[in-house]
Amino acid sequence: MTTRIYQERQGQIHRKGKKPFALECDKESLAGAVSQRACVFCGSRVVLYPIADAVHLVHGPIGCAVYTWDIRGALSSGPELHRLSFSTDLQEKDVIFGGEKKLHAALIELIDRYQPKAAFVYSTCIVGIIGDDLEAVCKTVAAETGIPVLPVQSEGFKGNKRAGYEAACNAMFRLVGTGDISNISRHSINILGDFNLAGEIWLIREYFNRMGVEVVANITGDGRVDDIKRCHGAALNVVQCSGATMTLANLIKEKYGTPVIRVSYFGIEDMAESLYAVANHFKDPEMLAKAKEIVRQELEILLPTLKKYRAALTGKKAAIYVGGAFKAFSLVKAFRHLGMQVVMVGSQTGTKEDYQELQEITDEGTIIVDDSNPLELSSFLQEKEVDIFVGGVKERPIAYKLGIAFCDHNHERKEMLAGFTGMMNFAKEVYGSVMSPVWKLVPRKQPQSTQLRASVPACIAGL
Amino acid sequence: MNPTPDISHENNIEFLATPPKNRTRLKGDEDPKQRSESDTPGGKQVDNEAGKRAGETPGSLPRGRGQMPKYVSTTNACKLCKPLGACLAFRGIEGTVPYLHGSQGCATYMRRYIISHFNEPIDIASSSLGEKNAIYGGGANLKQGLKNVSDKYHPQLVGIATTCLTETIGDDLKMIIFEYKKEVPTDQPLPTLITVSTPSYAGTHMEGFHAAILSVLSSLCEKTPAHDRINILPGFLSPADLRLLKEIMTAFALPATILPDISDTLDGPALDEYQMIPAGGTPLAEIRKMGGARATIEFGSTLDQKSGGKYLEQTFEVANHRLTMPIGIKATDRFFELLENLSGENTPARYLGARGRLIDGLVDGHKYVFGKRAVLYGEEDLVVALAGFLAEIGVQPVLCASGGKSGKFQATVAAVTDGLCEDAPETYEDCDFHEIAERAEALAPDLIIGHSKGYQLARKLAIPLIRVGFPIHDRIGGQRILHIGYEGAQQLFDQIANAMIQVKQDRSPVGYSYM
Ligand code: SF4
Ligand code: SF4
Repeated sequence: MTTRIYQERQGQIHRKGKKPFALECDKESLAGAVSQRACVFCGSRVVLYPIADAVHLVHGPIGCAVYTWDIRGALSSGPELHRLSFSTDLQEKDVIFGGEKKLHAALIELIDRYQPKAAFVYSTCIVGIIGDDLEAVCKTVAAETGIPVLPVQSEGFKGNKRAGYEAACNAMFRLVGTGDISNISRHSINILGDFNLAGEIWLIREYFNRMGVEVVANITGDGRVDDIKRCHGAALNVVQCSGATMTLANLIKEKYGTPVIRVSYFGIEDMAESLYAVANHFKDPEMLAKAKEIVRQELEILLPTLKKYRAALTGKKAAIYVGGAFKAFSLVKAFRHLGMQVVMVGSQTGTKEDYQELQEITDEGTIIVDDSNPLELSSFLQEKEVDIFVGGVKERPIAYKLGIAFCDHNHERKEMLAGFTGMMNFAKEVYGSVMSPVWKLVPRKQPQSTQLRASVPACIAGL
Repeated sequence: MNPTPDISHENNIEFLATPPKNRTRLKGDEDPKQRSESDTPGGKQVDNEAGKRAGETPGSLPRGRGQMPKYVSTTNACKLCKPLGACLAFRGIEGTVPYLHGSQGCATYMRRYIISHFNEPIDIASSSLGEKNAIYGGGANLKQGLKNVSDKYHPQLVGIATTCLTETIGDDLKMIIFEYKKEVPTDQPLPTLITVSTPSYAGTHMEGFHAAILSVLSSLCEKTPAHDRINILPGFLSPADLRLLKEIMTAFALPATILPDISDTLDGPALDEYQMIPAGGTPLAEIRKMGGARATIEFGSTLDQKSGGKYLEQTFEVANHRLTMPIGIKATDRFFELLENLSGENTPARYLGARGRLIDGLVDGHKYVFGKRAVLYGEEDLVVALAGFLAEIGVQPVLCASGGKSGKFQATVAAVTDGLCEDAPETYEDCDFHEIAERAEALAPDLIIGHSKGYQLARKLAIPLIRVGFPIHDRIGGQRILHIGYEGAQQLFDQIANAMIQVKQDRSPVGYSYM
């Protein structure tokens, strides 16, 4: 097993136990190690993606744009520009002579065609090399069209996804402060770091509305340019998925003094805590009472159902590998509710503090890993005899190939996993995969003696 | 044996026999000796109504009746990037790890894209270049990456494709590899290293695919004593297609080397151990001997002169037979005729049976499909072959579209549909889904045929989408779609006919359960 771990990566893997906790992270991915990470551009793209009334133009060769076409489950209640994939599709001559002209023309064309509220322009790796002046082109087009045109400095090689989050926040921050903030209530918030996958933000907004809290801007799930422009008028920034949007919250705090709280909407405690934290912030007992009432009502529905799942799932083992570590905290707790134990947990871009926290909330023996790869992940899954793996598209075939259940918990998913309803869905998802009879058929569970014997190895049977 | 480059001999004759008014569009010929692109008869016959994209392929054929609009921006591309094709090709070679020399993002995006279709792991290694490397060159990372891949994966071959970034910064791969080979200590593993240049700003995934194959052949093939095997360069077929292909060759008792062969590597069984490199793929030992083969069969109507088949012909005098992908009856017949010639045997009874059942099935269902109007899109070679199939079953391919731009698309589409369609299909090359959608709406099609990315259009027009090709991202089983042979045609036909039947059934005010 250990042969599957690169010498250079030993420090990025920790087994909770005797040794004092130390985990290296925030490193460039090891060349040749098939990291599950994407790039800076990917980070920017995922954060800004759900802003549905803006044109998102990827300045670069075609791949970067085409691989991000309509890939997220981020829903919009209105316009759906975010689901289109726009590219300048740079060609050889653009690479040689520069792509600014093409970028300018493409922007004008798209803005004419779609009349968006704003345009985001993403730079990709080669744009960083050929040296197009994005800033200048955006400025010109903004002047010509009268809408904000925002460069996103997301050259893929300039760090990892987290650098992309920052670039996205910097771009969004240019919008903040340009909208009218009259008529915003005293009890108002911005929701940051929820991307409205499968409609989650609508659920969360509904909870807040029931508490009497006004939501000014969704950042960025079901997001709108005009809301972001006036989000500095909200009394509080409520940040989930801190990696992705914390930079924006900090920028707003610096300039406008808006306080920030960190929350998570995944899992029972975290969801309830989020509502209480907002109520406590406003020091409004009535609001707190409403929050408690919401939690009571929701749990009344949720808990009896969970019981059934818990009975079936108790004692099963789970592994988690996600993009940002924040999600992993909530997942560890959510699995506890189902009577399950997390035996491996990792993330693409966690920070020292993130991993420290994971170390604190996990059990002895749990493997904690940063920026992992298929070889390591598969060996961990086998070693720990995992029953279900939680991750994204790239993790799924690893689990399935080995005959292990899987739960999608990424940006592509179509199931709502946030809020109390989300906890129910999560339990159903886990149950629906773990309890399938298909696992009785996979080689992992078949004694050799019961397997059919092939006369010719399968791979050469054709000839 | 003489090469038989002419893919649609009959159509030529038909052309000559056709009244001039229908003589606007012609086949794209594969043989440069006979006819170059610019002097293709149709090439000079630019109709006034047909538009050409500014500044492109002078002498290319006029577009169809609808003038294709020219947009600067690309909206919802109908192509993928070049290294992705190279990775797919490398994945079909035994013991091979595909490797991208570039930043991490490209490799990860492509993995995700490929995984979502095949539902199989695909490890694509990357040089994971960072900012420093982008400025000072990626040589050190490439070497470290190769070392790591060699250590852990123990590959026989590493297929290294460049990306836009490393092409732009001008990394000299040949040089870096040369140095690397010298630096590797003798007791360390040194897999075969093959590089291919795949900047996405010059070509689509299919160019990348073919470039990788060419690179493999030109690096590995050696002068070999003549032997009995047949080379097959199938292009990008599904694992199900490749399995059928192997079966057919076995049935003809023609030993074949199929390059690449993703039938096992991207559609493998459930396992209890994670295979670092999945079993299967074309064996390297066989590839090395492809220069001694009796013949090469190469599928693809829009391939250029730098194809693998041409290379083997020019370098090792292996007769090259270029065929349209064997989709539909006519194209499959051609393939079987060729196999009859090569084997000296008749077509095995089971395929005659399959052909007979297919025709019987076409008769059973002909009314449901006749005159239906289809929009199809995807890789050029696939679309050409599908257009031929649709035309022969009485479906009108009203728009054939591709993000590729071989310059041969219109002529080859016209050739395979000639005499079978009232009007030659309109063709859009180098187009995106925005352009396809705009035109499709005006053409009022009954169905759409292509990969998953046409789903939005199908939904908008409320007509069925018949899923073929790559990627299938909104259904399972993309790797099991059978396109080729009589069996593939049967499956496609049943799907198309049933889709049409269902439309009628669903739209019926009373519904019915008996036709
Ligand atoms: S940079 Fe080039 S190779 Fe990489 S994803 Fe973009 S288009 Fe593809
Ligand atoms: S080219 Fe750069 S920006 Fe585009 S996908 Fe690759 S790493 Fe990301």
